[in-house]
Amino acid sequence: MSDTSAPHGIQPGIDGDLTAVTGRLRRITVQVHGARAGMGSGVIWAPDGLIVTNAHVAQDRRVGVVLSDGGSLEARLLAWDPERDLAALAIDAQGLPAADVGDSAALRVGELVVAVGNPLGLAGAVTAGVIHAIGPRRSAGPSFIQADLRLAPGNSGGPLANAHGRVIGINARVAGGLALAVPSSLVARFLAPLQLRAAAAP
Amino acid sequence: MNALLSLSNDLAGAVERVAGAVVAVHARPRLPSTGVHWRPGIIVTADHTVRSDEDITIARPDGRTVAASLIGRDPGTDLAVLRVQDTDLPTADLGDPGSLKVGHIVLAVGYGPRASWGIVSALGGRWHSWRGGEIDQLLRLDLTLYPGFSGGPLVDIQGRVVGINTSGLSRQLELAIPVSTVARVADELIDKGRVSRGFLGVGLQPVRLPESLRRTLTAAPEIGLIVVSVQPDGPAAKSGLLLGDVLVTLDDTPVGAPEDVQAVVGARSVGSTITATILRAGAPAEARITVGERPPRRR
Repeated sequence: MSDTSAPHGIQPGIDGDLTAVTGRLRRITVQVHGARAGMGSGVIWAPDGLIVTNAHVAQDRRVGVVLSDGGSLEARLLAWDPERDLAALAIDAQGLPAADVGDSAALRVGELVVAVGNPLGLAGAVTAGVIHAIGPRRSAGPSFIQADLRLAPGNSGGPLANAHGRVIGINARVAGGLALAVPSSLVARFLAPLQLRAAAAP
Repeated sequence: MNALLSLSNDLAGAVERVAGAVVAVHARPRLPSTGVHWRPGIIVTADHTVRSDEDITIARPDGRTVAASLIGRDPGTDLAVLRVQDTDLPTADLGDPGSLKVGHIVLAVGYGPRASWGIVSALGGRWHSWRGGEIDQLLRLDLTLYPGFSGGPLVDIQGRVVGINTSGLSRQLELAIPVSTVARVADELIDKGRVSRGFLGVGLQPVRLPESLRRTLTAAPEIGLIVVSVQPDGPAAKSGLLLGDVLVTLDDTPVGAPEDVQAVVGARSVGSTITATILRAGAPAEARITVGERPPRRR
């Protein structure tokens, strides 16, 4: 019997593509430790240390962040919006691997999505599923992406990405077995004032 | 394009391909179910989601609501067939459930469209539901049937319908009714308004046959079925079957359990004749029984 499988890292096919996508996503996913909220997840949005998470995960002015390489830093809260369930954090770092952001408005029902987070404290855990529905859902409010995908407490604030590995949402909660994520278009709107302020700063 | 993207596009494409033929069925309070535009003007859905026989409406994929009338229902297979006047909707492309294999990727689609994905978990042969219907193939799924998904299509990765999903035939398992059964039941409901089931009009209990009796028979199963009740003027009564007769074979098929009788009788059309081998007072005899129609169950 001969071993026809390629060495790890260059596997062809779906397995190889999926491990490549999830590998990149795990590097941009952080653990967020809040005094009040316990552990959640976050996404490195820019190489200069801008992190996006859920408002319900970052409920303190200062929270602890653990990078995928194990480095532990203190983050300060830049912006907090409980309506959209979004928060922006800053850590003192440069040259971080950051999210490649996708277009949440271009999603199709049935397309593959991948979530990375720290469900029940298991850092960097990956789950895969499909887009369940697009558009308003009475009980969920108008803006969530609905995915047929398994999430658990600790996934909150982590990335939901498409098959390109582009982040199209921030996982926020579970309702009726479905994963609900804040779309990337809303994240962009949430971050716009911050980025204007940063650009105006001397 | 890489393999993962290609799979993702296939999944989304499968939903898009079927979505034009997927409707919401409003025939119960609060939660609508899903239906499939099966043939022009014919919508198939899950019987248990059609609570009322009247005032049924359908919501098209474009959101428009149209009236529908109930053609018929078959609780046994949990299927109901509705008629709509509005026939400019596309009809579903049907796949061949015979080509399905355990492990194949499938999608369940609800009106909206909404989708869940998973795989074919198990396949089996012909089975009888607890409601007495005969289903050509057991099609068990590893996926989530979300509220409102019953009556909706199970599609393969090409977007072809291979079954109708229902949570009405099992509490534990996610199941789909294969398209061959749907086609058979839908045709019968359209033709006759009901699914007729063969019926003998006897109550039967398994009994072990003593060696001395078995020696008198050509086909000699260990178990026979003793007649414990005979419906007056029923098919068995008309053929002369009596209390205490022991049914051994039907059309040369040994019957050792009431399900065996159902399998033989269910496969024969109402009005056809079957030959029964019986033991009466210790001696083999033959009876010819004309299969009757099971009276419709009251709802």
